[in-house]
Amino acid sequence: MLHIENLRAEVDGKEILKGLSLNVPAGEVHAIMGPNGAGKSTLSYVLTGRSGYDVTGGTATLDGEDLLALDPNERAAKGVFLSFQYPLEIPGVPALTFIRTAMNAQRKARGEAEISAPAFLKLAREHAAALKIDFEMLKRALNVGFSGGEKKRMEIFQMSMLAPRFLILDETDSGLDIDALKIVSEGVNAMRSPDRGMLVITHYQRLLDYIKPDKVHVLAGGRIAATGGPDLALELEREGYDKYARAA
Amino acid sequence: MSLSAALKSGDVTLLPGKRDEDWKWTDLRGLLRVLPAAAPTLDLAGLVDGPFDALCDERHVVAGGRPDVAIEVPAGGELSVALRILSRDGGALTGKIGIRVGANARLRLLESYEGDASAYVTDTAITIVLEAGAAVERVALAADGAEGVNVSQAQVTLAPGAEYGQTVITNGARRQRIETQVTHPGAGAKLRLDGLYLLEDKRHADLTTGVLHQDLDGATDQFTRGVVRDQARGIFQGRIVVEEGADRTEARMRHNALILSDKAEVDAKPELLIFADDVQCAHGNTIGALDEEALFYMRQRGLPETEARALLIEAFIGAVTDRIGFEPVRDIARAWAAERLRA
Repeated sequence: MLHIENLRAEVDGKEILKGLSLNVPAGEVHAIMGPNGAGKSTLSYVLTGRSGYDVTGGTATLDGEDLLALDPNERAAKGVFLSFQYPLEIPGVPALTFIRTAMNAQRKARGEAEISAPAFLKLAREHAAALKIDFEMLKRALNVGFSGGEKKRMEIFQMSMLAPRFLILDETDSGLDIDALKIVSEGVNAMRSPDRGMLVITHYQRLLDYIKPDKVHVLAGGRIAATGGPDLALELEREGYDKYARAA
Repeated sequence: MSLSAALKSGDVTLLPGKRDEDWKWTDLRGLLRVLPAAAPTLDLAGLVDGPFDALCDERHVVAGGRPDVAIEVPAGGELSVALRILSRDGGALTGKIGIRVGANARLRLLESYEGDASAYVTDTAITIVLEAGAAVERVALAADGAEGVNVSQAQVTLAPGAEYGQTVITNGARRQRIETQVTHPGAGAKLRLDGLYLLEDKRHADLTTGVLHQDLDGATDQFTRGVVRDQARGIFQGRIVVEEGADRTEARMRHNALILSDKAEVDAKPELLIFADDVQCAHGNTIGALDEEALFYMRQRGLPETEARALLIEAFIGAVTDRIGFEPVRDIARAWAAERLRA
């Protein structure tokens, strides 16, 4: 599924990713943990094509297809979804309008027919109920005036509506209280499937109690410094990132 | 110094220009070396409908040979009027429109400036007098030609308990100014003063307003937005004066502009001049580009860049058109604006 090989990237001329390699097979959830400034968010932006994040070497492919050559919206149409650490506010555009426009743009890019209004509303009602989102909120401008927790829930709502093939969750647990964390995690877990991969980026182990990873990687100094099973997250929680930060 | 005085006398030195503080950004003196001859009488046979004709009880045309219009709504009456100002064939046109709205009467004034591709000069003076408890909603769509010069100046006088709402939407001209001056007696009268400019190429639009709060308990809510691209220039001059003793005035002025190219320009002069003690007044003025982070976010969800930009701009201007009270007019205004955005 996602295959990253020796990826190098810089921001404002400063190298942040320094030869990062990573494989996430379909059906697996991999966690990326690491100290602040290790390049976790940079990785998520490089994979989704944000401008200002310049790839200077290496490759990133999804099912063999070169992601780095595509525009951000083309990557989205291929099924790459990033749940933002800080979701943006889109003034004047109701959440439902936004999601329907996005869904139809993706469908169009894939050569599929647009979703009908009734089918879209039915889908939206089902997913909103599952995530305990008040349907009225979806008529308001996307994320404008929403609390941090509501914004994160809206990210997961969009994710479940758009049904991407590969999910990147960037610090999805930040700003969530325990109840919201449970709801969000259930939403993410509901999307686990044999043909879908996930990359869960987090600073803290807490999220991984709810979203159980198959593998845990430590990102330090712009590279994967260690890889292990779920136990590695617990070890990091106990011992911190010091030894990896020093080694980097 | 005024365009009408210059047109009347043929003396270009009477044109307002850079040296006049209120006209420094809309220099007519420097632009016009000669003044055109009066526009010939316009033959109305075969004239196709204007944008609002279908919604109105009365239709009036201001054009060459027919410069004057008087509209009267008797006390307690209700009227919808389509008012078209037609600029044609490179002529000069001086229009005079007098409107009186009787006590507790209602007027929907739907105005359109329709210019052709010629180098015309049009000057329109509008007076609107509202008596006690009267209500007016004025919506003006200004579709001037790229070579046209158009100045429209409205003088609005409110009475106690009157309500006046206005939305001016323009895509500019070679030089264009749409000005509204309001005398506000307070006394429960309510004023909404909105504007929208959507400019491209080398077009110029100047939305100038002045509100004079003369007495207690008046409300003014002003909201103007603009989108400029290419080498276009948008101007917003808004002045609210709260006179001594006009306490408990509530006045709000907002102006937001989006600049979509390096060579486009927006000049804004928001002024609140407050001589009363107990007032609630606020103004906000922002000029900027589209939010690149929001664009990336939208693209990450699958929207192509042009579509993401269009959606953000549409939402930006929709905040102004949404405030138009009468839905059929709102729909026409929205469609008109959307058409100008795509162009």
